[in-house]
Amino acid sequence: MRRAGVVALNTFREAVRDRVLYNLVFFALLMIVSAIFVGEISIGVEEMVIKSLGLSAISVIGLLIAVFIGVGLVSKEMDKRTLYALLAKPVRRWEFLLGKFGGLVLTLAVNTLAMAVGLFAALWYVKQHLESFDAVLLVAIYFILLKLMLVVALALLFSCYSTPLLAILYTTAFYVAGLFVEDMRTFHSATTGEGASALPRILSYLLPNFENFDVMAAAAHGRAIPAALILQNTAYAAVYCAIVLLIAVAVFSKRNLK
Amino acid sequence: MPGAAIEIENLTKDYPYGFLHLKKRRSLEGLTMQVEDGEVFGFLGPNGAGKSTTIKLLVGLIFPEAGTARILGKPISDIEMHRSIGYLPEQPYFYDYLTAAEVLDYFARFHDLSAADRRERVAKMLKKVGLETAGKIQLRKYSKGMLQRVGLAQAILHDPQVVILDEPMSGLDPIGRREVRDIILELKREGRTILFSTHILSDAEMLCDRVGVIVSGKLRGVGAPEEIVGVAAQGMEILFELPKTAANTAAIIAKATKTGDRYRWKVAEGELYAALEELRSSGAKVLSVAQVKPSLEEYFMHLIEAGRAQAAAVEVSGK
Repeated sequence: MRRAGVVALNTFREAVRDRVLYNLVFFALLMIVSAIFVGEISIGVEEMVIKSLGLSAISVIGLLIAVFIGVGLVSKEMDKRTLYALLAKPVRRWEFLLGKFGGLVLTLAVNTLAMAVGLFAALWYVKQHLESFDAVLLVAIYFILLKLMLVVALALLFSCYSTPLLAILYTTAFYVAGLFVEDMRTFHSATTGEGASALPRILSYLLPNFENFDVMAAAAHGRAIPAALILQNTAYAAVYCAIVLLIAVAVFSKRNLK
Repeated sequence: MPGAAIEIENLTKDYPYGFLHLKKRRSLEGLTMQVEDGEVFGFLGPNGAGKSTTIKLLVGLIFPEAGTARILGKPISDIEMHRSIGYLPEQPYFYDYLTAAEVLDYFARFHDLSAADRRERVAKMLKKVGLETAGKIQLRKYSKGMLQRVGLAQAILHDPQVVILDEPMSGLDPIGRREVRDIILELKREGRTILFSTHILSDAEMLCDRVGVIVSGKLRGVGAPEEIVGVAAQGMEILFELPKTAANTAAIIAKATKTGDRYRWKVAEGELYAALEELRSSGAKVLSVAQVKPSLEEYFMHLIEAGRAQAAAVEVSGK
């Protein structure tokens, strides 16, 4: 496990040196500009606009990093053959995979945390104070991070046996499909055939359910989020990530590195 | 008597190809050999012969279809075995956002070395491979030869008992090649076992106690370099000049090859004195006489042709 930590820290260092965190500059600019102009164009709803805009930006930027860096976690190491010297050391393949996953999740966590600070700063600028119900934003940001973990796990899995381009396609397809899981479950009410309704229902349980992680509207309006949902989403993300990582380990452990 | 540091038994490897990877090409066929403890063993063969495949199997980068291998008595599937080996990949490439010192420190962490120990060893290794002044430069600015040196440093960083080097001289200038040769000899003096692959016979002749020759995935011969070369000895070469005073030179010129003002005449060992006498009588100036050593390519061709002849003989006797 310690070796996985060494790989994780190096993955984080790679992201920092490859200037991945420069996206924070873009986010900061977006928040500053929004905070200055939003009050003038939306009297009374500036707080809601800032929150929605901030959460959406955190989610989109995080997704871009998770997908585009996630798909290169393993394939880039194989293409460039940086993996060869590493796997000749006393490090198991699952430790390497876990380290790569942990490193990108750490990068995303730092990135998301920095953006969260930026969002609260913009909110404070607009309202000149913060209220207790603004803490709901923290839950929404936590859910975004859980969602990003799932995306990284999927990207890592596809990265183990596919080209980066295909891995991007697969990961994006899973993400988009995962946004319509509830629709798939209620698909049977719109059909008459047994078979036609069974397949979407089965798929809806296999695909990651990203809909549960979307609480942006509630957070923007300052509505409370039930503790049960926090627990459920945490457990769901942990179990789903574990399953996807186990499949990735099973695939990668048998992979010949040519 | 030393035991075997590396034992390979019937190692076989196929690579899938074609649509859906349904076809298979055999890259290594039933390889059985041993590398003795403390020896420098050269693994020779042309490109695509199966050298890198064997090495990758030994370090666990690929998996065999059949056969087993053990390093220092431990099966190659045992992760603990990796504590005792050092590996230099062919044309190594490392994280280019790191400096040489950082990449060595990173690899050292997998060997459970303390921070102080890591610092000391990294500095020592950088000095050993001649990169002490370039240790703080990111690897993206390194030349191919410098990367090769970093590769060598990471392979021996943790004092491994067995060092496996895949084409260690590749991409190096003459000075770099000389330095790598010196490092290999130093490792041998320290009692380590070294297995390295090459397709350059002169490297093997200079360094190896024994060599194994692999062609088309099959081991064709194992022995000391002089034995290997001796198998296909090609006679003698006389280097000479023909002064203006020389007479009856037409017959000699017809048998020799001209290079500048000089001539090279290749003769069988038994005909050497007769050829020298002919040169003396014509007034030629003999500059040198040297034994002709076959190139590795010629040796391979000799092996391949011998294999074909053997196969044809078996076919005829079977009819």
